[in-house]
Amino acid sequence: MAGETVKNFALQCPVELPSDQRIVMAHGAGGRLTQRLIERVFLPAFANAPLEERHDGALIQPNGARLAFTTDSYVVKPLIFPGGNIGDLAVNGTVNDLAMCGARPLYLSCGFILEEGLPMATLETVVASMRAAALTAGVQIVTGDTKVVDRGKGDGIYINTSGVGVVEGPFTSPARVEPGDAILLSGDIASHGVAILSVRDGLEFEAPIVSDTRELWSLVDALFRAGIDVHCLRDCTRGGVSSALNEVAQARSLMHQIEESAIPVHDAVKGACELLGLDPLYVANEGRFVAWIPAAQAAEALRVLPEGAASIGVVLDKTDPLVVMRSRIGGSRVVDMLSGEQLPRIC
Amino acid sequence: MCLAIPGRILEIEDAETEFRQGKVDFNGVRKQVNLAFLPDAKVGEYVLVHVGIALHKIDEAEAQRTFALLRELDELDEIS
Amino acid sequence: MKYLDEYRDAALVQSLSAAIRSAVTRPWTLMEVCGGQTHSILKSGLEAFLPPQVSLVHGPGCPVCVTPIELIDKAVALALRPEVIFTSFGDMLRVPGSAHSLFDAKCEGADVRIVYSPLDAVRLAQSNPDRQVIFFAVGFETTAPANAMAVFQASKLGLANFSVLVAHVLVPPAMAALLESPQSRVQGFLAPGHVCTVQGYEEYVPLAERYRVPIVVTGFEPVDILEGTLLCVRQLEEGRAEVENQYSRVVRREGNVAAQRMVREVFAVSPRTWRGIGEIPQSGLQLRDAYRGFDAEERFPLSIGAVREPEVCISGLVLQGIRKPQECPAFGTACTPERPLGAPMVSSEGACAAYYLYGRRNS
Repeated sequence: MAGETVKNFALQCPVELPSDQRIVMAHGAGGRLTQRLIERVFLPAFANAPLEERHDGALIQPNGARLAFTTDSYVVKPLIFPGGNIGDLAVNGTVNDLAMCGARPLYLSCGFILEEGLPMATLETVVASMRAAALTAGVQIVTGDTKVVDRGKGDGIYINTSGVGVVEGPFTSPARVEPGDAILLSGDIASHGVAILSVRDGLEFEAPIVSDTRELWSLVDALFRAGIDVHCLRDCTRGGVSSALNEVAQARSLMHQIEESAIPVHDAVKGACELLGLDPLYVANEGRFVAWIPAAQAAEALRVLPEGAASIGVVLDKTDPLVVMRSRIGGSRVVDMLSGEQLPRIC
Repeated sequence: MCLAIPGRILEIEDAETEFRQGKVDFNGVRKQVNLAFLPDAKVGEYVLVHVGIALHKIDEAEAQRTFALLRELDELDEIS
Repeated sequence: MKYLDEYRDAALVQSLSAAIRSAVTRPWTLMEVCGGQTHSILKSGLEAFLPPQVSLVHGPGCPVCVTPIELIDKAVALALRPEVIFTSFGDMLRVPGSAHSLFDAKCEGADVRIVYSPLDAVRLAQSNPDRQVIFFAVGFETTAPANAMAVFQASKLGLANFSVLVAHVLVPPAMAALLESPQSRVQGFLAPGHVCTVQGYEEYVPLAERYRVPIVVTGFEPVDILEGTLLCVRQLEEGRAEVENQYSRVVRREGNVAAQRMVREVFAVSPRTWRGIGEIPQSGLQLRDAYRGFDAEERFPLSIGAVREPEVCISGLVLQGIRKPQECPAFGTACTPERPLGAPMVSSEGACAAYYLYGRRNS
């Protein structure tokens, strides 16, 4: 390995080119440039009511049915990483987007863009993972498509999945978040991002860390079945827990207060973050969500959620759209949204 | 500047002085670290690592001494 | 983690805070020299534990912030050459040059790669014999041994395709320059613990004597910083101006002699320009003649246009502790981490970025 260790990070360009005349990496990073792209190009072209809601999934009600509909594309380097591969992500990610709308995931579509020369065994590994993930999540992959591009025009495999789910209970949405709501986290954070970094060229380290990728519907369903009045759900993918919290704090214009010491982080993940100078709050997860629920139901909700889930804070009765964290030593600071991917901080 | 963190030496490879390296554990994460500047560092000892280079051994006795001083401060605080 | 968690202890923080309160009788202005300390202070909300009489100003100890704009422009120009793989620590990529950052260069197709260690860049050169690998050797005394080691290893391995763009700076001359400035309000220093891990603290003794300022070598965790502050305040209150060592678990008076020897083997002391501050004599490092062959500036003759700094940016004053980031007219408006005007808004160690991320609530 040693000779071949240093290649490329998936760097993103956070700086807008002076002209804004072409696409840069940051347009796909989920930050402010992505927002601007949506507002300038997509929303005006496609304008309609469900789209204007700007959720991860659209809520549609054809003939009185209450459906959630979503789509996502998956590009990840490397394709196979500790704890999963691009196939797990493609199924779980779309299932989770539906679950965060409070929808039971039912059907997925699957579009493959394959690069000429991709080993068949790699594709088979990925597809087997998709099958297993779909079984676990209780969804069927009912339609699909395959395209092949010239060698060098893709990173092996790109996958797009779309999903349809049915909303059986109340919609969950930031609009339902109330002052006093408890903020719950479904498990320890930052494992996915750190697992990916641990095998990124130029950085490799050995760590007993695997991606947290998993379906989240079963957890959401358990909350519903226990009679928890779930106000809002967000999965903490790109941008980590801080993005999920900031999005809701901003959408609802309510200050969120969290406790650093309450946020669960695996020991080795902590070690990796110290080594690279990363803040786990900004590191990506693929199987964790934040739930906003009435404080009176917090204990019951934690009983239903898997071990490792924690109550990390509370929504304050202050119309300041900020996330504030009490540090371990009792100090206080604003947890802002990061622009772009967090880069290893070395000096 | 200069993010440097403590880790424990797990193993040391034999190599020429400037290429002397070993595996260092940081809370369960392991990374190859150059140990050339700590010729007397041994397996099991803690070292301070910056950009892949061990800069110094961590002196447990000094760390203890500091804590003893701080504890005194704490007791004074409680008395006053 | 051992040697970290113990120094983030809420009870110890409280008792140190109480000790500082009882030691202080009048206003004092201290500077924490190192950006890592600034980061830690803001991240943990440490200022809440200081009495109102003690104010901390943030120093120039952020290599990303003080690397001159001319070298960023050179880095961009080098990175854009087709045969070059340009390697760097992550923080340097966002730093704005006159027109472009290294990230911009990457958008234009340059092969720019982040490495964890300069030694990774040496390995990259070994495994890519048909490419020219350049490492952006920035940093203070802490990083100098690693960068010197990279050049030394490349020399031993006979690597003809490895070179470094050197932007090394030294702390004591910068502290002297700050103290010479008539605008300086700094009465005591928390000296950078990791710089002193390498260099020791002998060279701070003449500074403390000449300028009558206490200098306390200080670590990076909340307990370290408060203890350093306590020692510094006690000296000021008692009218002493000495060099003290708070960070004794890794800092010796003489530092790491083997590391210093390697730095001297490869580098010689030279004048350096500090972004926002200007040229400071004998405040940097350059490659010695024996290692000139590894100097990217010699290997790839460059002509870059005139350098331009945004006029509104007050980063120079921020870096000297004369102004606080939020006193800048562009702070948080024209200048944000997404569109930085000055380098301190880029690095997470830069005072402006740290304030933007953690401190805005109080501004």
